[in-house]
Order: sequence, then C-alpha cells, then structure tokens
Amino acid sequence: MLRLLSFALFLATWWTAALFVGGAKLPSPPAVLHVMIAEASSGALFLHLGATLARVALAFTLAMSLGSAIGYLMGRVKLADRLGDPWLILLLNLPALVVIVLAYIWAGLTEAAAIAAIAINKLPTAIVTLREGARALDRSLDEMASVFAMPRWRAFRHVVLPQLAPYIAASARSGLSLVWKIVLVAELLGRPNGVGFEIGVAFQLFDTPRLLAYSLTFAAVVLVIETLLVQPFEARANRWRPRAA
Amino acid sequence: MRLEVEITGKSFRSAAGETHEVLAPVRFALQSGEVGVLIGPSGCGKSTMLRIILGLDHDFAGRVARPPEARIGMVFQEPRLLPWRSVEQNVRLAAPEVSDAKLSELFRILELEAHRSHFPGELSLGLARRVALARAFAVEPDLLVLDEPLASLDDALAGRLRDEIATLVASRPMMTLLVTHSLDDAIRLGDRLFFLSPRPARIVQELPIAIPRAARSEAEIAAIRTELARRIQAEQGDVHAGRDVS
Repeated sequence: MLRLLSFALFLATWWTAALFVGGAKLPSPPAVLHVMIAEASSGALFLHLGATLARVALAFTLAMSLGSAIGYLMGRVKLADRLGDPWLILLLNLPALVVIVLAYIWAGLTEAAAIAAIAINKLPTAIVTLREGARALDRSLDEMASVFAMPRWRAFRHVVLPQLAPYIAASARSGLSLVWKIVLVAELLGRPNGVGFEIGVAFQLFDTPRLLAYSLTFAAVVLVIETLLVQPFEARANRWRPRAA
Repeated sequence: MRLEVEITGKSFRSAAGETHEVLAPVRFALQSGEVGVLIGPSGCGKSTMLRIILGLDHDFAGRVARPPEARIGMVFQEPRLLPWRSVEQNVRLAAPEVSDAKLSELFRILELEAHRSHFPGELSLGLARRVALARAFAVEPDLLVLDEPLASLDDALAGRLRDEIATLVASRPMMTLLVTHSLDDAIRLGDRLFFLSPRPARIVQELPIAIPRAARSEAEIAAIRTELARRIQAEQGDVHAGRDVS
C-alpha cells in the first residue's frame, strides 16, 4: 500500500514537472507509455531487453562464481592474499570505461569482449566481499568439523557456506546494481542491440520519449528481479537468525 | 584400544614475542572402558592438552598415540553447534550413520525430544549442551572427550545432566576423557583422576578409584572426597615447602 502511494507520488511529480518544462525535454507519462506500447508491439522492446538481460546474466554469473572462488581463496590462504592484493587494488580502482574500451580494442567489438568487460568490472567487489566473509569464518566450528571427521564437501556445504551466505547475498546485491549500470555503457559503445544501444540512438536523435521508455522499462525489470529473486534468497539464507525487532 | 599421551612440552610465543611454557612433561594412558579425569585450576593448560590429544594442535614436543581408526566424540566447552541447522540436523551431520532408533533413544535420555526441529539459537545453554552431548554419543565414539560439560549450569541441572552422562558413558565401552574443575563431578564420573598443577601443567597426582562407577554409594563418594581433600592439602604443603627450600 505504502509502495503504491510512493509510486503515485512519483508519477504526480513527473507529470507536474512535464507540464512546466514542456514535452520536448520531459514528455508526460502517457506520451512515454505510448512509445513503450508501440515498441512492445513491434517486438523491438523485448528483443533489446532480452539481449541486455542475457548479457547481465552471463557477466553476473561469471563474475560472481570467479570472484567468490578467488575471494574465498584469498581469505583462507595467506599466500594467495599477498599475491592477489595488488591486482585487486588495481582492478578496484580501474574506471569501468577504461576496461570496456580496452576490451573492445583488444578483443574487437564482440559479444565476448562486452561480457568480459562487464564481468571484470564486477569481479573485484565480489572478491573483496567474499574475502571478508572467509576471514570472518568461525574457527571453532572448523575445529568441530575436523574433530568429527566431516568429509571436506559436507563441512564446506554445512559449516562454511552458511557463514558465507550473507556475504554472497551482499555481493550479489551490490554486484547486480553495478552490472545494471555498466552493461548499458558497454552496449552504447560497441553493441548493435540492447537497451544501451537504443538509448544511444535516442540520444543522437534527441528522442526523449524513446529514451525514457527504454530506461523505465529497464528500471522496472531490475525492480522485479530484485524483489522476486534477490530478496527471497536473502530471506532464506538468514531464516535461522532471530528476527530484528 | 588405548590412548597414550606423552607430551614433553608445549610453549607458545605471545604477541609481545615472549615464550610461554603451557605444558610441562605430561604422561598418561587410557584404556577402553576407562574414564580419565583431568582436574586442574582454570588456565592451567587443560584445553591446550585436549587440543593436542584431538589432533587440532600439532605444534608440541612429544607424541600422542591413538588408533587411527578411532572415532572421536567431543563435547566442547561452548556447545559449538551450527546455528543454521536444526538440532536433529546438527547431530546427523556429525553422525550420518546413526540409526533412527539410536537417535530417538539419545534424544529420550537427554530430554531433547521436543526440540528436534529447533535451531540452536532458540535453546538455553543447558539444552545446547545436551545437543552437543547427543552429537558426541551419536557417532558411537571410541574416544569421548568432555571439556567441562557441566560448567555454568545451576546445581540441580548439572546434577541431572551428570546422571545422564553417567548413563551414556556406561552404555558403551570407550576411552573417556573428562576435563573438569569440580572434584564432585570427577569422583562421580571418573575411574582415574589426574590432578594438574598450575601452568605449566604437569600431573601432580594420579588417583585410581577402585570401586566401579555404578557401585559407588553416597557414603563412599563422601569418603573419597575427604580423602582427596586431605591429600591435596598435603601435596600443596609439599609444594610450598619445596619452594621454600629452593
């Protein structure tokens, strides 16, 4: 109920602002909706949205799995931490744009280059978060598992993984928002489809309704994925914790 | 099966760079079916000794011989349960081969039947200890180690839990090592008592109790206690005298 109210407030503000500024700069909600429906019925909207989502899914999975593994290793093995740390700092502070441009130069304007560039941008944050998680692991529980001679995989699944779950969830949450932002830049610079490409076209034509139609649909999709996928996962991972009052 | 402990020394380096002796030479052995009790003041190095015996600490001089196939059941001082797994899952994860009948029996003896599906965060310390006990017994251990299993429980609860431990220990021939600072628990549960000195710990006195555990009457327990108190006092007198001379 509160969410609906806040959404209505957003629409009202937008509409009033549109009346003042004029349709060329800020089109009214019905104008944008009109474009959305036109793009959806031609199928273009779904095509571009699908291309973007596929890139997000691939780059996100790649960065999360690789980043979690490296982060866990760095948190557990001192040598790995020493060796990896300078690279990590470099990657953390490298601007996304540099990575994307270099990837396109070195690997050509290919799908692989785009996905790799997005993944590399998200990788270091996943590593940092998981490294913290691995450092915070409870040694007394490791000892318990070792005394009871739990096989490695069982100990990892039941003793280690549940302790890492909040860190994985946090890294997924922040990583997803990072990927959402970067994917559009990568598309704008070197892909012939996707929401980022469409926004680039709209920018060149100064087609504000089209720009908003794509951005808002994209934002809506992000919101749906957050509430339907990320939040339930977090809730499940934390179900054994006593509820905060 | 036999556990032989022959530690010749253990020291550790503190953050300030000083070397501290934790254990002096310690030597004892334990047979199957026997309950050995380590009694000593807090901080004397009992937990360090346990960690060495359990194979968690390899950085010591000497040797610990336990059959490699020996299954270990351990009750840590803090229960060390997995907070994200239910009571039953906690036990089953440590003892995957435990039969349903055996598990039910353990839960019945330890009065845990109503808590099977609870998470450890929902349990009191007394109940969490019981779960840790159930876990240790569920693996059908050859070596059972109990690290102050009755600490910080009120007397009535500690007494009840002690009886439950006695029942469970009697139900299976195994080597049992109990760490406690309560003389009463030691006399009621133990077959051989090892008295430890303050740090660096060494065995000051070894005292076998001849009467079988199940046959000890309250009067006999009281007699053993008086006798022990007298001996300990004499021993401490010796230590002081020795120090004065040197």
